Amino acid sequence: MQYQSQAVAKPYFIAALGLFVAQVLFGLIMGLQYVVGDFLFPHIPFNVARMVHTNALIVWLLMGFMGATYYLVPEESESELHSPKLALALFWIFLVAAALTVVGYLAVPYATLAQITGNDLLPTIGREFLEQPTITKVGIVVVALGFLYNITRTVLKGRKTAISSVLLLGLWGLALFFLFSFYNPHNLVKDKFYWWFVVHLWVEGVWELILAAILGFVLIKITGVDREVIDKWIYVIITLALVTGIIGTGHHFYWIGTPEFWQLWGGVFSALEPVPFFAMTLFAFNMVNRRRREHPNKAATLWALGTGVMAFLGAGVWGFLHTLAPVNYYTHGTQVTAAHGHMAFYGAYVMVVLTIISYAMPQMRGRAANSNASQVVEMWGFWLMTVAMVFITLFLTGAGILQVWLQRVSATPSPFMVVQEQVALFYWMREWAGVVFLAGLLAYLASFFVKGRENAVA
Amino acid sequence: MSASFSTSSARNVFYGGTAFFVLLFAALAFQSESETPKRDRREMLAANPQIAAGKRIWEDNNCIGCHSLLGEGAYFAPELGNVVDRFGGGEEGKAAVKAFIQSRPPEGISGRRSMPQFNLGEKQLNEIADFLEYASKIDTAKWPPNIQG
Repeated sequence: MQYQSQAVAKPYFIAALGLFVAQVLFGLIMGLQYVVGDFLFPHIPFNVARMVHTNALIVWLLMGFMGATYYLVPEESESELHSPKLALALFWIFLVAAALTVVGYLAVPYATLAQITGNDLLPTIGREFLEQPTITKVGIVVVALGFLYNITRTVLKGRKTAISSVLLLGLWGLALFFLFSFYNPHNLVKDKFYWWFVVHLWVEGVWELILAAILGFVLIKITGVDREVIDKWIYVIITLALVTGIIGTGHHFYWIGTPEFWQLWGGVFSALEPVPFFAMTLFAFNMVNRRRREHPNKAATLWALGTGVMAFLGAGVWGFLHTLAPVNYYTHGTQVTAAHGHMAFYGAYVMVVLTIISYAMPQMRGRAANSNASQVVEMWGFWLMTVAMVFITLFLTGAGILQVWLQRVSATPSPFMVVQEQVALFYWMREWAGVVFLAGLLAYLASFFVKGRENAVA
Repeated sequence: MSASFSTSSARNVFYGGTAFFVLLFAALAFQSESETPKRDRREMLAANPQIAAGKRIWEDNNCIGCHSLLGEGAYFAPELGNVVDRFGGGEEGKAAVKAFIQSRPPEGISGRRSMPQFNLGEKQLNEIADFLEYASKIDTAKWPPNIQG
């Protein structure tokens, strides 16, 4: 660690991992509810568990992005952070707001939460992934603006690099597109249309800039490859990502009451969305192969390579599977979507955050890398979580294909709940894969506490 | 990557390409907005304020946390974009939807996926039923493939 103020990343990373645990535990609850329908009912109904599962994911990824930014921007800018105190204050505000929101989900019925948070003043809740009370959304905007102010000031006063510019562009885009979450018209078609301006333009748009910047930063550090080369790759990858991803938004506009021209536009452009992810895989492997130093942090290298591969599989291949309108006509709103969502989020965003944590945490703890013993445990975590996620995805895909067949393609289509019982075996297997994922997560967390002979200070 | 393609040209292609596709997307979105009134049944919304109230009930009870609506949402419980039709259509369908919501046992059904008892009043039940009927009338390009959703 070259700058004192980089250390503010640490609480962000620790809180992110705490929320990751919560996310996985609630995922296991939901997975069990899929087969034991009344598990924890009526105390934690499925919709409540799902809110915690998805919202915890979003918040911990945001925490991870912020931590990554606070860590890498001083180093890129060759300058201390504009205000470490502001960064720390915003951390606590964000964490407390997130915790209160989760307590709200769990403690009272959602309609009561809507009432006590004054949703009627500006109704924004009750939409998928945007379930946070309006007041929490305002809090997110305030935290984001304070964060962006702090980072922008730091970047402006120091060295400007491609990585910091791309990261900053991604983060400003993230904040900007979130503003669409405040637009909630009565018209269901318009509501859904602009809802995607948050959801799609985040994960298949500006978040990819953040992903590329973080990955590029870690690759520079661990491979020692010339910055010039890495920058060029980053620009090519994000060009491909936005050229395909922006119009690719159209793949959500096939069946929600929007015009049918989207079927062609959305289909063609989103079918190309795997290309930037494939480029990212090539990027990671190429840079590691051309490395000019042997960095002692093997685990961080593994996470970086894993991000490329799993993002390509989850976001690229599994996205392509059901993105064309004639296919999506049958798969829309089935477990096929859930399968894609799981591997895409894990492969792209979870793994890139774990990559930067893997690289930065040892540095912040005063060493270039953890001991070999610790890295071995961390790599166990990597493999258990990654293989478990592959199986979760495969089982959900199996469930999804059967669901499509029984409920939509068959000459005598069966009702939803009848089909759900018929595919229960796949849900059981998914749940067991989820248990393995939890084991991997615990191994990963344990690696932070494994001692052993440490590598020298970086 | 080839040395003749410099980092600064890559950067220029990125900014130029992004600007172009943002503008193209804006043009498509504008075109989409201009065609949507033919499909989104906004005349129903204007004629019946109960639909907007029903949408609020839909949101305040986080129905999307289990169900899908026009294929979006959670996949734990049935699609509701066409539920009024699945339950018989028109007034009969709406009455059946209301009866279903009303009759959920508060403690759930043993071993089965259970819908919470939301304790909605008659007015709210009418509003949610009108909202779901409105959703069923939106032109979704013939999705879902059949009545099972």
